[in-house]
Formats: sequence, C-alpha cells, structure tokens
Amino acid sequence: HHKMIMQILSAALETFPTALLSWTVWKCSACGRAQPEEKKILFYHPNEVEKNEKIRNVGLCEAIVQFTRTFSPTKPAKSLHTQKNRQFFHEPEENFWMVMVVRNPIIEKHKDGKPVYEYQEEELLDKVYSSVLQQCYSMYKLFNGTFLRAMEDGGVKVLKERLEKFFHRYLQTLHLQSCDLLDVFCGISFFPLDKMTYLKIQSFINRMEESLNIVKYTAFLYNDQLIWSGLEQDDMRILYKYLTTSLFPRHMEPELAGRDSPIRAEMPGNLQHYGRFLTGPLNLNDPETKCRFPKIFVNTDDTYEELHLIVYKAMSAAVCFMIDASIPPTLEFCRKLDSIVGPQLTVLASDICEQYNINKRISGAEKEPQFKFIYFNHMNLAEKSTIHMRKTPSVSLASVHPDLMKILGDINSDFSRVDEDEEIIVKAMSDYWVVGKKSDQRELYVILNQKNVNLIEVNEEVKKLCATQFNNIFFLD
Amino acid sequence: MAAAMGRDPPGPAEDEAPGAAAAGAAAGREGGGEEGEGRARGGAEAGGCYLALCARPVHFEKANPVNCVFFDEANKQVFAVRSGGATGVVVKGLEDRNPISFRMEDKGEVKCIKFSLGNKILAVQRTLKSVDFLNFIPDSPQLEYTQECKTKNANILGFCWTSSTEIVFITDQGIEFYQVLPEKRSLKLLKNQSINVNWYMYCPESSVILLSTTVLGNVLQPFYFKSGTMAKLSKFEIELPAAPKSSKLSLSERDIAMATIYGQLYVLYLRHHSRTSNSTGAEVVLYHLPREGSCKKTHILKLNRTGKFALNVVDNLVVVHHQDTETSVIFDIKLKGEFDGSTTIHQFVLPPRSIQPYQIPVAGPASVTSQAPVPCKLYSSSWIVFQPDIIISASEGYLWSLQVKLEPVVNLLLDKGKLMDFLLQRKECKMVILSVCSQMLSEPERGSLSVIATVFDKLNNEYKKYLEAEQSYTMVVETGLSRSNPLLKRPVRTQAVIDQSDMYTHVLSVFTEKKEAPHKFTIAVLMEYIRSLNQFQIAVQHYLYELVIKTLVQHNLFYMLHQFLQYHVLSDSKPLACLLLSLESIYPPAHQLSLDMLKRLSTANDEIVEVLLSKHQVLAALRFIRGIGGHDSISARKFLDAAKQAEDEMLFYTIFRFFEQRNQRLRGNPSFTPGEHCEEHVTFFKQVFGEHALMKPTTF
Repeated sequence: HHKMIMQILSAALETFPTALLSWTVWKCSACGRAQPEEKKILFYHPNEVEKNEKIRNVGLCEAIVQFTRTFSPTKPAKSLHTQKNRQFFHEPEENFWMVMVVRNPIIEKHKDGKPVYEYQEEELLDKVYSSVLQQCYSMYKLFNGTFLRAMEDGGVKVLKERLEKFFHRYLQTLHLQSCDLLDVFCGISFFPLDKMTYLKIQSFINRMEESLNIVKYTAFLYNDQLIWSGLEQDDMRILYKYLTTSLFPRHMEPELAGRDSPIRAEMPGNLQHYGRFLTGPLNLNDPETKCRFPKIFVNTDDTYEELHLIVYKAMSAAVCFMIDASIPPTLEFCRKLDSIVGPQLTVLASDICEQYNINKRISGAEKEPQFKFIYFNHMNLAEKSTIHMRKTPSVSLASVHPDLMKILGDINSDFSRVDEDEEIIVKAMSDYWVVGKKSDQRELYVILNQKNVNLIEVNEEVKKLCATQFNNIFFLD
Repeated sequence: MAAAMGRDPPGPAEDEAPGAAAAGAAAGREGGGEEGEGRARGGAEAGGCYLALCARPVHFEKANPVNCVFFDEANKQVFAVRSGGATGVVVKGLEDRNPISFRMEDKGEVKCIKFSLGNKILAVQRTLKSVDFLNFIPDSPQLEYTQECKTKNANILGFCWTSSTEIVFITDQGIEFYQVLPEKRSLKLLKNQSINVNWYMYCPESSVILLSTTVLGNVLQPFYFKSGTMAKLSKFEIELPAAPKSSKLSLSERDIAMATIYGQLYVLYLRHHSRTSNSTGAEVVLYHLPREGSCKKTHILKLNRTGKFALNVVDNLVVVHHQDTETSVIFDIKLKGEFDGSTTIHQFVLPPRSIQPYQIPVAGPASVTSQAPVPCKLYSSSWIVFQPDIIISASEGYLWSLQVKLEPVVNLLLDKGKLMDFLLQRKECKMVILSVCSQMLSEPERGSLSVIATVFDKLNNEYKKYLEAEQSYTMVVETGLSRSNPLLKRPVRTQAVIDQSDMYTHVLSVFTEKKEAPHKFTIAVLMEYIRSLNQFQIAVQHYLYELVIKTLVQHNLFYMLHQFLQYHVLSDSKPLACLLLSLESIYPPAHQLSLDMLKRLSTANDEIVEVLLSKHQVLAALRFIRGIGGHDSISARKFLDAAKQAEDEMLFYTIFRFFEQRNQRLRGNPSFTPGEHCEEHVTFFKQVFGEHALMKPTTF
C-alpha cells in the first residue's frame, strides 16, 4: 500500500489567489409547485448582480443538479469545474441548495511583453471547498436554526431576512485563499490534561450546573482548546469553530493591547477574580446594561433546542453555559453567575496552568517538535497540527508552502476513496517528503525536510514520530 | 451510716449536702449563681437523645445499714459487703457476668475493697494504718495477711492495684509501691516517695496516679507505674478561677477527672463559674499529660451554664451532665475549635439533650403479675459517676455504662462535613455513615454536590490513611524489618474505614438503581466519588467504572463516555476494554477506544489480535503482531481461517504467502507441517490460484 509520487512543483510566480465570485441559496422548484424563478432565490451574493442574471445563474445551477441527479440519484453532484471557476453544490436540507462559486487562482505571465493571465484549473481541492460550504451552513444553522424552521416561523420572508443578516457579514470572514486540509477536518483541538485536573474541572462544571440550575449544557475550554463538552459532538464541532475563529480572537486583541484591565474589585465584598463575560453584559454595575446573549440552535435533527450562549472567561479558561432560550437571563442572574463562577474559575485556571507546566516538564514536551504534522481522528474529531500558527480573527495560517498543503489535501482525497488502512509517501520539491498514514479512523500527515534520505529512512522517521507522539493509541505502523 | 458507698477514696459526698445522700458525688460542687436555665425535660426531647444507659446494667443490692457497696474503677466491679463480709460479699462486674461470692471474717468496718487485676488477690482496707490481703489463686495459702504502711504516723488514704500482684498505698505523706508475694503471704516494698498528699486519683487505663499536693491542693503530681517500676512525671499546677482567699484546700477531687481521650491521657478540671471573671459559665479545662515532657493546658470546653456537673468520657467524647437541667452535652476535642495560640476552645457539638429515658426492668423472671416497667429517675441526686463511662444509682442498685447513640446525631448536626468529622471518630460509625451517604443522595434531603464532595473527601481521607498504614506494614514485614521492631502491629481497620466496596454496595449501586434523581446528578455524584478517590491517590475499582458506564449508556450519553475515556478518567483495564467492545454495536467508536486501551495495557496483545481477526482485519492483525515481533509463533491456521472468512482472495493469497515465507525462513521449506493443520487451506489455495502458485522451496 505504499504509493510513491514524484511531483515537480513549479516555482511561484505572480499569482492572484482564489476569490469568492458568488454565493446563492435557493429552493428547488422541481419538487414543489412551479414558482416564479425569482421567488426561488433566497439569498444572492453579490446582491448588485442584475435580477435576470441572478435568475439565469440559479436556473443553470438547478439544471446541472437535476441533470446530474439522473446519473447518480443518491450522490448528487458536488462541484463543477470550468476553466475560470469552480462551483460547489450543497443540499443541506431537502430542496434547499447552497451554491458557492469561486474563481480559480490566476498566474500572470508575460508573453511578448504583454501580461497573460492563466487560470489554474487544478489548484483548488474539491474537498476543501465543499467542506467550507457545508460548514457555512452549519454555522448558519447554529445561530438561526434550520431553513425549514424559518419557513415555518414566517415563510420565505423570514428565511430571506435571516439569510441576509447572517451571510452578509459571514461571507466577509471567509478567507478562501487560505483554506486547507484543516477545513476538511473541521476538528477540535483538545487540551492535554492529567486525570486529576480533568476531574477537578468535571467537579467544577457539575457544581456550577447545580448552582445555576437553569444551565442545560456546559462546555469548558482552555487556551482555545476543548476540555469538556456537554453538547453532542456535531454541535460542539461548529460551536468550537465559532469560539476559536470568531469570538475568542475578537476578545484576544483588546487583551493583548492591554486595553481592558481584567482585574476587578468594583463590587465591595466581592472576591477579586479575573472572570468576565465574552457574551452578554459588558458592565455588571450598570443597571441599564443589556443582558443579551447570542441564541444558538442545537440537536436540530432531534429535540431542536434553542439556547442562550453565555461565554464567560477567566484568564485562559473559558466556560460556555447554555441555558434554555425560554428563560431570558436577567442582570441578577448574570451577577450571580459572576460571583459564583468568577472566583472558582480563576482558581481553576491557575491550577490548570500550573499542572500543565508540570506535565510539560515531566514529559519533556517543551522541546519544539521536529516534525510538522497534522493528525485527525474521525471518531472524536481530535485534531492536532504543528503546521498551523495560532488562529487569529483573520486567518489560520499554515507555516509551510501552499504546494505542500495541496499535497496533503490530495492524499486526504485518496484516503477518503477507500475504507482500508493506507500509507502514502510523496517526494515533493526541494528535499521535502510528505507522508500520509491512515489507520482505522485516524489520519496522520507528516512533512519532512531532510537532505539525501531514501524512502526507507523516511519510513523510519515516521515510525519514530508515531512512537513518541502516538504511543498511547492503537495506530498501526 | 446512710450509704457506705464511696468513690475510690472513701466517701467524698459525706461532708456535704445534708439530706440528699451522695448528691455531691454525682453532680460536683455547687457552682456560682443559678442563672435560671430552662429545665429541658428529657421526655420532651426523647427523639434527639444521643446518650443512653446500657441495656444490661449490673444490678446489686442497694446500700443500707447492713450492706456496704464499693466500686472499683480498675476492674469495674461493684462489691456488696454484708455485715463486714461475714454474711457474704458479692462482686459483680460489667464485663464478667458471673458474680463472685465469698465470705470473710468481720474484722471491722470495710473502708475499701478491691481485687487485683484478674481477680487474683483481694485487698481490704479496714484501718487507717494497714491493708489486709486474701489470695484467690487456686492452691495458694488461703489465710489473710496484712501490710502496714511503712511511713510512721501516716494514714492510708487508699490503695490501687497496678497489676495482678502490684499495689500502691497512698498515704497522706506519700506513696508506697509494693509487690505482693501471695505464696509467702507477704509484700515487698519496691519503692516509696514522700510527699504531702491531700487526695489522690487513679486512672487504671494508663496506670497513672495523680496526687494533690500543697496547701491549696492545686499542684498535681502524677506517677506512672509499669511492671515493677514507678516513674515520677513532671508536676503541674491547675489554675484556679480566682485567687483563693485563704490558704485552705481549694481544689477538690470532685472537680478533677482523668481519662484517656484519643489515646492520650488528660486531666479534666471542672472550673466553676466565678462571679469575678467575665466567663459566661463553667468550663472544663483539659490538661494533656504526656508520658514524657510537661503537662500542658490544651483545651477548654465551654459549658455556658452553671450549676452541678458531672463528667464522663465515652467513645473519646467528653460528656458533661448538668443536674439542674437534667441534660448532658458532649465535646469532641478532635473537632475544630477556636485556637487562641495555646489552647483550643470548644463549644458543645450537639444541643443539650437528656439521657434517653430508661425503664428499669421488673425484677424476677417468674413474676406472675406482668408489672409495667418502672421509669428510672435520670440525673438523680443519688447518681454517682465514675470514669470513664460509669453511672451508678446507689439508691436503686444499678450500674450502667453510658453509651453514645449515633443515629440521633444525624438529625442534630446539620453541617454534613462536621457530622462526618464527628462520626468518623466514633467506634460504631460505619452503618450510620453509610446511611448518611444514602440520605444525602436522595430526596427529600438531597445534599448539594459540594457537600457530597466534602463528605466523600472526608471518607477517603480516612480510607487512604488506613491503606497507607497497611501498605507500610506489609512493606516492613516483607523486607524482614519486622523482627527488629517488635512493637510493629498490623494496622487496625476501624469502622471509619469506608472503602469502595462499602460505598458501592450500600450507597452507590442502590442510588443509581433507584433512578429517582436526574441522570445529570447521578453521574455528577459518581464522578465526584471517583474524583475524590483520585485526589487521595486510591486506585479506583473496576465496578465503579462499570457503574459510570452503565449509567451513561442507559441515557445514551456516549459522547460523555468518549470524553471520559479520552482523558483516561476511567483507567485502563482488560475488563473495561472488553466492556467497551461489547458497546460497539450501539456506539461504534467504542471499538477504537477499546483497541487503544488494549494497546496501552501492553499485556493484551493476544486480545488485540483476536479483536482484529474478528473484524476480518487480518492484515492489520498480522502487521500488529509483526510490529511487536510475535509473528514467528502465531498460529498460521488462525490467520488463514480469518482470511478465508473475509472472502477476499487477494487477502487470502497475501496471508498464505506470508506463512509460506515464514516456513521457508524458519524451516527452510515453504510447506506447512501436518501439526499446523493447514491442509484445507493449501487445497483451497491450489483451487483458486493453481498448484504452480505455491512457493517453491529455495535451496542454497
């Protein structure tokens, strides 16, 4: 099962990265009564496009989808490749379609002194952008519920409003040019922790849920990594994405700039603590302050629950308390939460920090890992990357050449085609080797940069990595 | 003579309280002003009575002009001496149920009478100058013999047996320590010490005699006796509440008691309320009397009341009876008090309650008329209290030991943490503690998680202490160091050691089965218990994990389970891995979790191979076994069977070829030996791939 691919990568030229061309949400008419074309369109970006063109484009998409369905009724078309762009289709709910059109990257070349633009048709990875599309839906659903529910609540009008409100802002935060394998996984980074500290956190959560008895679910994060989720996996996955790519980075910057000093002792008799709300009230002492929290929707396939999302943070520890949307949190409740959770979370956060440093010293993990790797486990969505920098509100950046990232994506596509365990080793440009391993539900991608090594030596290196980093799991060599 | 009933030094009550016979002995001295305390009657609070008289008291003939009654604290025996012994002496003890009866010559009024330890020799004091002895050892001389005190002009205050043949005379001028030689009918002086003595007190449990010296009587001199030796411990002074007006005896023996509390000897001093001091009532001051070093004032027990008091020590608790209110309070010096830098001040643990009402059983086994039992008058003025736990009713002829009842305490001590601190120190605490645990987990008195956590921590702290003691004992025994340390004893497992199996059987399994609590609470409780065990570094038993998993599975909380396993909260074990495998059909990721666990155990390689083969992952199994270097010894047939079942011809070919190569490598020939029982597979291989596909033997 070893595959060896020699790939010569072209030297980078002046390029224009991929860009979003359009984004549409529409309702399929074929399955219902025929309706005017424009009524089908629920959301269209960019909105400036002329109405007839909108109708034409959506009609074309629908035609493609319907046409391809004849050949594969169970697996409808996911993407359409053209010279200039690529279209991605997704049917998140029955008869509701989302279509994203992105432009292929362009290389500027000079021919006879004139610039010539060449579209790179094979640059974009279908899996990466299909995943981006799907996650956009999941994110929409997290904050707005399903399309169907919106229709039931107030018909097309309400759905259109919600889509407009959400995507208008959200599409601006997509950074399509830096999407890569991690977007395919949409995994969760778990904070490594010893058993005792973990149990302390458990105990903390249970006691908080008891004291604040309206709390339905709790999630606990440290250093932007998950430690506990009371939500089910799929809901947590998207909430985690929201927290780590949007909410936390937004609050990180003022902290770094030292603008809001977190130490507070304004309430007399209150213990000093570092706790503060990331969602909800800004100033608990202001009686006029608004206690409005984002609403989220979870278990939409099943119990369909609407919740208020309270995110509260002390130092590096963040807790999400989710309470039933029918109980609006009052200022009094927020104060109570602050007074109960704040001091305890502050102590817990410093405990975790201390324990983490001790463990790091014991395991000797302080040394910078020599390997650049991405690990993902489909079973618990655990993700680990030494390739990516810390996520910022703008983007999560890979520290390796995009061409190498593309190889990772290609290997992943290969893996997803078969069920069996596989191993792929690729020799890339300038002494780079890329190794992909799949064992049961786990995938590991390693990038090695060593001069004059052969296949066997690369294999040995990866074995070494597995022995040190993954010795406590069943990961076949 | 009204009642010849005396505490060890004869009749302390005689000088006081005309009319109320022996009242003083029972309740101590009259304290300062009677500040009208509500007279809480026992009956009204029967539900909360945490003190009780033992059910089987010693009944003796009550004191009367012809019958003198004596009590010996060392053997806990009551002596009823009729007519100076001429018409019979009956000795009854709490422990020895068969009374000893004998007669002795009436040689005058008996002042004091006691057996040596083990009832070997009887000593009788009839005069101020001498003590008479009578052997009770079979085949020894039966004639009485006498020992006069050595010190000239001294009067004997009393005597105490310190062993079966050693006795101490206490005179007003010192002490004399004798060895009794029963065969020779004589005594040998071992040691003596001159000192002015006002009164003395003996604590048989610790073999310490306390002498009151000096004019005021408040300088106490302890002596310690052990196998023929006498040691003088350092003397100490009891601080009197107010400067005495005149130089007369100011410390009465009625206000002093000695008792062993938590293995340590204490002198308890009942300090009465004085009008001059600003104290709110009387208090008991505890002086710790160590075997070595000086005596220190360590604890003050606040009584917050005045009047007549008497002390007992039961189950390491100091019990203070208050006659005026007919109630008692208890103190536990191990519980937290207010520390002022040198002494700890304690308030009583529980609200004052009367001793549980007591019915005197109707005498006579064949009483024709079924008489109703007579309620016993509690806190009667004829009660006499002895250390540590004896109460005697001279007027009715009963001797009881005092007992502490733990069940009523549960409803009186609402702070569960304090309740546990209290219960864990008691002898018969196990079932009460377990019932408290059950109670706090179920409605209507469900405790909060933080209370539950506190209780678990307290239990496990005690459990861990025992485990550690047991472990270090085992280590010493195993390394053979025990011979050089003869004092080493196997640690005693007290009832306060509540282990996981106790908790599982009596509390947790019942609680999870009842299903009355929301599942969130159930899981939180189980996790809290596991957290507490981990905090004390106690290895968690598999059945607790099973309980957690069962509960999670019942409520479809698989993701929770997954997270617990991910953080190794449920520790790895083969049984747990097997349990996970069994969950695979309802929760597929359990398969991965189980394999990971087996891998980490590193002793479960066979199991891993079996799991993989059962899933037809034959190649993976082979790669695994090769990875750990076990591929030369595995059964070819097992793998070929699995490969064939997988119905994948290429897989079968690969596996078959692997074993042919192994055969070649190990035996120089690719063919299978008959012992491998692979004929069927060879035939199948030939059928599918043809005879020529078989590997040819390579010859060198």
